[in-house]
Formats: sequence, structure tokens, C-alpha cells
Amino acid sequence: MSLDTMILKMGEGFGKTCAIFFLTLLFSLPLGMLVALLRMSKIRVVSWITRFVISVLRGTPLMLQLLAVTYGPFYLFGLRVARNKLVPVVIAFAINYAAYFAEIYRGGIESMPVGQYEAAEVLGYSKTQTFMRIILPQVVKRILPSITNEVVTLVKDTSMAFTVAYQEMFTIGKQIANSQSSFIPFLVAGAFYYVFNLAVDFVMGRAEKAMSYYK
Amino acid sequence: MENLLEIKHIRKSFGGLEVLTDLNLSVRKNQVLSIIGPSGSGKSTLLRCATLLEKMDGGDLVYNGLYAARDENGRSVYAPPKTIREVRNMFGLVFQNFNLFPHYSVLKNVMEAPMLVQKRDKDEVKKEALDLLEQMGLRDKADAYPCQLSGGQQQRVSIARALAMNPKILFFDEPTSALDPELTGEILKVIRGLAEKKMTMVIVTHEMAFARDVSDYVVFMDGGVIVEEGDPKDVIDHPTRERTIQFLRRMREQ
Repeated sequence: MSLDTMILKMGEGFGKTCAIFFLTLLFSLPLGMLVALLRMSKIRVVSWITRFVISVLRGTPLMLQLLAVTYGPFYLFGLRVARNKLVPVVIAFAINYAAYFAEIYRGGIESMPVGQYEAAEVLGYSKTQTFMRIILPQVVKRILPSITNEVVTLVKDTSMAFTVAYQEMFTIGKQIANSQSSFIPFLVAGAFYYVFNLAVDFVMGRAEKAMSYYK
Repeated sequence: MENLLEIKHIRKSFGGLEVLTDLNLSVRKNQVLSIIGPSGSGKSTLLRCATLLEKMDGGDLVYNGLYAARDENGRSVYAPPKTIREVRNMFGLVFQNFNLFPHYSVLKNVMEAPMLVQKRDKDEVKKEALDLLEQMGLRDKADAYPCQLSGGQQQRVSIARALAMNPKILFFDEPTSALDPELTGEILKVIRGLAEKKMTMVIVTHEMAFARDVSDYVVFMDGGVIVEEGDPKDVIDHPTRERTIQFLRRMREQ
């Protein structure tokens, strides 16, 4: 198989890689905020349960979680395995990444000086107004470098979808590598991820710059 | 003369340590009242209780006849949220560390609360905000961000931000303590200007000379109680209580 054909075939799977990537961000970024708020809840039980869930999600392999979400329903309840594997894959990724994002959000929120809350309170801002207008925009600026880290990792983690045979780029690359007894597809995959991450770096760099107008 | 603020029999403890003990304070309309005293005397806690940043354990807190908190069997019971909002609308607070919103321009810092909280018309608020910045000598900094300003300028913005809400009473929590000595003067000048315009103010301060010149009533606090109070010339120049005399001597030696 020529290099062109390989790139073309893997390129077809790249759309699915992108689907995992963007859908995971779409769901995990807001879900992470919800988890962070539950984690910081004043109701002890809620906070403890959330803490436990986060520790499980961060303390067990993403690969295991992928398998659990994809095949768990079959083994536990005898349900059919989803035909479109994108659904369980995105669910597993979104939940896993939400746990990481939640801790990043929490760190950001807890780093905010109490004076910002007090200034808003004295001026009569409601709790929601304070959070949405005063706290959150500043938190986003503070945590952006950590978010970039996670996003870069996510690009590479999409390759783990091969464990449930979802036909994204890396899965296809691995199949070609096996059938052709060639190492080239892995190099091609590496190049794909690297270029993808160059783009991620560029976009996040722009975002950081856009928020650098204040200290 | 009507009392804009009345604090009656306030009590406040932090984890068993009593910080305010059965303290009374009232502020009349147009009055400039300074609170002086050593650190740990409870003056900041008193201010934080008055501005609802801290909850009193016992006592009444009354703004212009409206009860923010009422003492019931020795416990302060706070009014429902609607009343609290009404009360909050009556006062402003200038913090020691300014606490400006760093992600907003100077103008937005001043304009947002009147628009968002008081639901006032944008054009009207903008005009008033620019006027206030003009008064503070910061008209040309309207589009700047707080991090681009000096401490003194930031503090003047925070005064403008508080004034934009048209408070009936303005509190200052050591407004010059975070500033270099050469920047202190510009803030004191602004406060003096407000006093001339008959703004009702309560100022916690370490600036004795300023307290004497600008205020028409001085309260000396120590150990959670008011030790001595009255006309600033009497309290600061001719204190009668031993604790006041010692404190003022220490301040002069610094």
C-alpha cells in the first residue's frame, strides 16, 4: 500500500477522531463546571459523593472506562452494544474529562480573592450575577493554561477509542499496520496528532492573548 | 436630626472570642464619623457588620428606620432578602484593597452595578459615571484597566464606583492603608471634598490628623468597646481615658 493511500484511508478516520474530540469538549467543559460546583457544595454528603466519583474517574484507566461504558450495559443488563460506538465513546470521554476539568475549575474558583465576592455583594450583585460576571471570567483566564494541557492530552487520548474498535484514525492506522506489517501508519498517526496539537496550541495561545489585557 | 444608621447593642464573636461587646453607634445625616483604634480593637469588624459582610450575633442594625437585623432574645434576626436588598442599596463601601474588578475597564467598573442592580438607563448612568470620574480627576482613564493605574487612582475609581450607586451613607475601611504615603494625600483630598458636599461618611482610619480635620465625630475603640467618643478636637487633642492617651501617644511616635 502506498503512503498516499495510507494517509487517505487514515484521513477518512480523522473525521471521527475530530468528532470524539469536539463532542467530548462540548459536553465535558460544562459538565465539569457542574461537577466542580457539586464538589464545592456546602452539603457535605453531596461534596463527599462527588469527591469519590472524581477519585474513581481519575484513579482508573480511561481505557477501562471506555470498555465499561461500551460493554457494561451488555454484561450487566443484557442490552445490545450500541451500533454507533461514537455514543459510548463520547460518553466515557466526556465523563472522564469532566472529572479533570472539575478539579481545574475548583482550583481556579478557590484561588479567587474573597474581596471580589465582597465588592460585588456590597454593590448588590446577586450570587448568580457575581459568579457569571465577576468570578467566572477571571477564573477562565487563570485556568486557561491548565485547560490547554488537558485539551492537548485529549487529542492524543482519542486514539484509545481503538479499544472498542471505533473506526477513528488510529484504529484504522493500527489495522493497516497489522495487515501490511508496516510501522509507517503509526508514524502517519503521530504526524496527524502532532499537527492537530499545533492547531490546538495556536488557538489556545490566541485565547490566552485575548485575555491578557488585564492582570 | 435623623439617624441614618443605628447600631444597637451589637455583639459579635469569632469562635468564642468576643470581638464586639454590646456596642452602640449612630450616624446622623451629613455626619462624618471616624473610627480610630489599635488593630484588633474591632473597628473593622464593626464596619463589616454594618455593611452586612459579617453577621452580628446580637443587636439591632437599622438604616434610615429600616431594620436590617433586629435583636430577638439576644440573637440578631436578619430581615428577608428583599429588605436586605433595600438596605444594601442605601450604603456604599470603599475597601482597603480597592477590590476593583480587574477584567472591566474603569468606566465599566463604575457603570455596571447601577445598570445591573438598580436597572437604570445606560445613557444616564454613563453620563453620571463620566461626571464622577471627572470629579476624581480620572476622566481620561475611563477606558483604562485597573492594572494600568496607580494605587491612588484605583482607590479613586473605587470611590467613584461606590458613589455611582448614590448611597445615602458611604463607609471607608482604612482607605489609605494600602497606599504609599505620597498617594495617601490624594485620597484624603477626595474624601475631604465629599465631606464638603455633605456626604454622610463613616471612616475607619489610622490617619489621626485627617480624622481630626475632616470628621465631626470621632469614636475611639479598643477591645471591642467604644472607650471614648465625641468631638474630634476633644478626643484626639484632649483625650481623657488612659487607653486613648496611650494609643494616641503611640501613633504620634510612629
